[in-house]
Amino acid sequence: MNAIALSCQELVELVTDYLEDVLPAPERARFDAHIAGCEHCTAYLEQMRTTIVLTGRLRVQELAPDSVEPLLEAFRDWRRGGRG
Amino acid sequence: MYPLEGAVTDAAEAEAAAAEDRRLVQGLRDGDDAVYAELLRRWHPAMLRVARMYVRDRSTAEEVVQETWLAVLQGIDRFEGRSSLKTWVFRILTNRAKTRGGREARTVPFSALGGETEAGEPAVPEERFLSAEDPRAPHGWATPPRSWARVPEERLEARETIDCIRMAIADLPEAQRTVIALRDIDGWSAAEVCDALEITDANQRVLLHRARSKVRLACEAQLEAA
Repeated sequence: MNAIALSCQELVELVTDYLEDVLPAPERARFDAHIAGCEHCTAYLEQMRTTIVLTGRLRVQELAPDSVEPLLEAFRDWRRGGRG
Repeated sequence: MYPLEGAVTDAAEAEAAAAEDRRLVQGLRDGDDAVYAELLRRWHPAMLRVARMYVRDRSTAEEVVQETWLAVLQGIDRFEGRSSLKTWVFRILTNRAKTRGGREARTVPFSALGGETEAGEPAVPEERFLSAEDPRAPHGWATPPRSWARVPEERLEARETIDCIRMAIADLPEAQRTVIALRDIDGWSAAEVCDALEITDANQRVLLHRARSKVRLACEAQLEAA
């Protein structure tokens, strides 16, 4: 088991693949086994999950009216002009 | 693991997405202001992000996005629903942005991206780990992360934390910034990002990994500062 165990330093590089669910089954098993016995890596994984959630709180930037207005105008033109 | 459950959910989701697309397409065909405004709100910021990957400056990106909307309106009657509406729109965008970017001879995105996907940029600084020879735990944590479980919710979600994330993202190299914004702010799937940016799934994950790792590091510094 030890021969194939992941180190903490290796684990942090696999976190994204783990969360994306693309790790091959054996590697996923090693990851889970490590996490089960390592509170620091458990904390790391949780921090990464929290980071993703918090990043999602960044509001998509509101559109500036001067960039939207020409687009709405184009839409009205297109509609008026018998479409294209 | 749960193939049946997954398949049922996927099918239901696909049907819901297709119905939503039909509503949007019909709205555009009918010249419905509200539908158009809704699509602008939803996709315009992401369109600017994607266009910026291919062209030199923001004003050119805005022009490309405007041309794309016009092309979408002009082509909507011919849209057959073989891909999602979003995929179709972003393909038009990418093609236009590439043509434009080519004319401007900007060598993006993916020659520049080469540097961003190479090895040698650890998720966590090396000095936070023990050495390979350390008898306690080779390559184990020397300075481990502290659990955020006891950080109050208000603190996690405070403006300072969110601002710190925003700054960390702003500081990222362009391809990393684009990928994390599309995935984690705009909520795109990996496949949608690969499609719009014309990168492989592996590249997409490397960029996302680098980006998320740096944002986590910035949050950690911010949350431990006080």
